[in-house]
Amino acid sequence: MTIQRRQFVAAVGGVAAAGLAGCTAAEGDDDAPEISGETLTLTTTTSTYDTGLLDELNAPFQDRFGVTVDTVSQGTGAAIETGRSGDSDVVMVHARSQEDEFMEEGYAINRRDLMFNDFVIIGDADDPAGIGGGDDAIEAFQAIAESESTFVSRGDNSGTHTQEREIWDEAGLGADDFGEWYQEAGQGMGEVITQTGQSGGYTLSDRGTYLSMITETDLEIHVEGPVEDGPEILSNPYGIFAINPDVHEHVNYDLAMAYIGFLTSLEGQRIIEEYTVEGEQLFFPEALSEDPNFAQYVPEDWTGGESDD
Amino acid sequence: MPLESPTLPVLLAEFPFEWNYIRSIIVVSLYVSITAVVLSTLVSIPVALLVGFTDFHGKTLVTSIINTGMGFPSVVVGLLVLFTVSNEGPLGSWDLVFTTEAMIMSQFVLAAPVITGVSLAAVSSVEQNVRDAAFAMGGTRTDVALVTIKEARYGIATAVLAGFGRAISEVGSVLIVGGNIASADGTSVTRTLTTAIQLEARQGRFETAMILGTILVVLVLIVNAIVVRLGNGGGGRYG
Repeated sequence: MTIQRRQFVAAVGGVAAAGLAGCTAAEGDDDAPEISGETLTLTTTTSTYDTGLLDELNAPFQDRFGVTVDTVSQGTGAAIETGRSGDSDVVMVHARSQEDEFMEEGYAINRRDLMFNDFVIIGDADDPAGIGGGDDAIEAFQAIAESESTFVSRGDNSGTHTQEREIWDEAGLGADDFGEWYQEAGQGMGEVITQTGQSGGYTLSDRGTYLSMITETDLEIHVEGPVEDGPEILSNPYGIFAINPDVHEHVNYDLAMAYIGFLTSLEGQRIIEEYTVEGEQLFFPEALSEDPNFAQYVPEDWTGGESDD
Repeated sequence: MPLESPTLPVLLAEFPFEWNYIRSIIVVSLYVSITAVVLSTLVSIPVALLVGFTDFHGKTLVTSIINTGMGFPSVVVGLLVLFTVSNEGPLGSWDLVFTTEAMIMSQFVLAAPVITGVSLAAVSSVEQNVRDAAFAMGGTRTDVALVTIKEARYGIATAVLAGFGRAISEVGSVLIVGGNIASADGTSVTRTLTTAIQLEARQGRFETAMILGTILVVLVLIVNAIVVRLGNGGGGRYG
């Protein structure tokens, strides 16, 4: 199919552009780019927005290129859907399975690993299910279910919700096993943390949002993620990708690639590394690596575009 | 980011530093709601006069459609407007999604039935003999309309205020079509008082949310006072 070839060419070109954009960003701003004055629409998850990280990243990007970044924070599911309809130019989310699906459908191109942090199981300080100090997320979920302690789920198809379902799956528990103790909030992480605090239960949170709310909540971390040597199932990688201009002609592809280039450049990665709340680092840069990980550009198990649709 | 346990004095002391942010949110809120209400009024009053003055087949149906519109759920309006302005919708090429224009559209849809409905009730309640008298004195249809509007002006002012109240206090649709965007320099692009309150509440900063809520209530009070005062202008109630 010609479309496949066009997509391939676009992908290669895009990676080159990302590299160039990264160089431009590193060298300085003597080379006035043509994208000046334009507006980039970014859809992203509530976690990157609510922690305040995006403000730190967007300000220098806007200054350097003379552009505006409009950030719309939604759940991962909604952020991807907004990209699917071509209403955003670039998407930053944390649910690899959904990102892969989106790439396979041809909507997303030039995906880059951006950064990671981890999920933590937080809950009431009394710890009614007795999971505190454990280092197995699956066992912890099983203990919560067994003791029928309140568990507040995002229930909004976000990246965190996707991860939560995966852990329940691994724990061998599903919708049939959930009683009244399992509550779907259908809201953002911050609201869910507040709600969990009110009901004295447990929830799964990304560490960043939890830390950014640490003064507003009495909840404590009971099971740590990989950042504190916890289990790998609690890792929380963020990816960023551009919307395919071959699918949606009008998207601002050049600016999207400049943005991806900036965030994955030395400067962008340093901002991510140095961003702290209450003295704690929230995100860990992942774009710069001695060992290139080519799997980040294509969906896992990708067969070279031989899908039959 | 200031994250220590926020007591009211601390918050108030910190607020001046974010004054640009607060001011831009207020500006966006007022711009969107007032524009939507002015546009709604321009459409609604003629419709109310037309429906109120004439007897036609299906008048009851039209009236009940308008009354249904008064209670139409705002998130549904938000969804419909989103489908319309989304890149894949009929107005996709206009690039309206996540702009104040899209927010004005949704608030227009929300406010227009309220203004039409309440004005219609006001116009209908102007006694028939006032209109007959105006006709008898040789007035044209326009004259009669003007007399009726003058008689019904308190009702119409109430209608506009009700429409404004619905527009500015609405959160569901502006969140969907506007996207709650603030720029990195800390000013609002499509963030309104209501969506800012929602964001603060999401982050557990209830005190800040409460302060924004207070500002919202004060704004509504001020606008109401201004409209009531305008209504009283020109020499008192019977002037």
